Amino acid sequence: MSTSNSMTFNIRIWRQKNAKTPGKLVEYKLDGISPDMSFLEMLDQLNERLYAKGEEPVAFDHDCREGICGMCSLNVNGIPHGPDSQVTICQTHMRIFKDGQTITIEPWRSTAFPVIKDCVVDRSAFDRIIQAGGFVSVNTGGTPDANALPISKEIADLAMDAAACIGCGACVAACKNSSALLFVSAKASQLNLLPQGKAEKDRRVLKMVEAMDKEGFGACTNTNSCEAVCPKGIPVTFIAQLNRDYAWAMLKGAAAEPKATVGGA
Amino acid sequence: MPLIKFLRSTVGLKIIMGVTGAALFAFTVIHMVGNLQIFLGQEALNNYAQMLHASDEVIWGFRLGLGAVAALHIICAVVLTIRNRAARGSEAYAEYAAPGASLASRTMAISGVIVAAFIIFHLLHFTTQSIDPSFKELTEIHKGVERHDVYAMVIKGFQVPWVSAFYIISVALVSFHLSHGIASCFRSMGLTNPAYREVQEWFGLAFAVIIFVGMAAVPAAVLLGLVKL
Repeated sequence: MSTSNSMTFNIRIWRQKNAKTPGKLVEYKLDGISPDMSFLEMLDQLNERLYAKGEEPVAFDHDCREGICGMCSLNVNGIPHGPDSQVTICQTHMRIFKDGQTITIEPWRSTAFPVIKDCVVDRSAFDRIIQAGGFVSVNTGGTPDANALPISKEIADLAMDAAACIGCGACVAACKNSSALLFVSAKASQLNLLPQGKAEKDRRVLKMVEAMDKEGFGACTNTNSCEAVCPKGIPVTFIAQLNRDYAWAMLKGAAAEPKATVGGA
Repeated sequence: MPLIKFLRSTVGLKIIMGVTGAALFAFTVIHMVGNLQIFLGQEALNNYAQMLHASDEVIWGFRLGLGAVAALHIICAVVLTIRNRAARGSEAYAEYAAPGASLASRTMAISGVIVAAFIIFHLLHFTTQSIDPSFKELTEIHKGVERHDVYAMVIKGFQVPWVSAFYIISVALVSFHLSHGIASCFRSMGLTNPAYREVQEWFGLAFAVIIFVGMAAVPAAVLLGLVKL
């Protein structure tokens, strides 16, 4: 690596021993960073040096580093996934920062996402919302013909847009209310829009909203922060769609406990 | 109970805020159109006021209904604000850029409280006329019958510069609240989709400006002496 092309950064990063101890921002001077490095490679460099000095490396979540797994979750200079739009922080390169710049790195902040260590948060609240209704029940039987269910191009595209959600939680991290509604609406709509998901639509919407509230996420005040940081560019119109689906499910009485019918159990 | 579930959910409470917000917005538009009749002169405005007060049953039914709508909007806002603060957690971001969010959208609770305070002042000023009780004695003889002279009351009220200034600043805040609130109502009620989103946002901004101009026009015209007794 040529030194003439290398960058120096002042890294302020959140250090927290575990969920129980309070954390703080710690500053590290980091030189010899190539502009072509990804943000996480820059953190790898920091950790290599901390390790060499016998210090504890910084814990942060990452997996595929291709922007599709939803593991990376860093709030960089006040913006989840950093200043680059529609990419995850793992797909962000150091060239977008200025040489000598101070970069502040914090974990997602939300009551529903407690910090486990350093910049790693527990996002299992999202898993519990999916378990509440983010699925279709597939019964056994013969394999259906691929073209037996007609789906219009428009609906298929819309469902695909919703399905782009990688569940990273940036929407929650960006929202001033820690609302999870962009995630919940995308995960509900990807199924609700399609014939396979319609059968359980009302129940799904009610159960997922109930689970979301139980986890302690806030309400949506339509600020659009979630949409601005979403690495997949999922639009807030899915939230309106979920509100509509929720209202309909309520009007239909879908939230009531089922009553035993004549000849029934 | 389904209704209890609805009232406990953040989505249900936001739907209530959307519906009540839309009703309050509709009232604001009607109120503005009513106010603007001051430019048609004393006869027109006082006729309109007399018409509104023609039946105690109607006006009190309307007042109670509007009060209930406003109360619901405020109660839901308070409950949700408390829940939203709790959801954010005790550890604040060292840096928080609020990407994509307008200033109005981030300060709805603050602008809402100021608007509520203004409405209370406004009711004490022109409805109960407690701030200046001499307003009650302003009457005119119309077709041989004595009636309240609203035209004179409004002019007398707004000839006080600090009162007019306060009204103009307050309606600016109402319009600031609406600049986010109108479009937000559509979204909370679930009436937004990709085809209508942009139109609703423009509709919201346009009406925020219209409300400001229409509402501020009356105290401004009185202060400038364009409307006088």
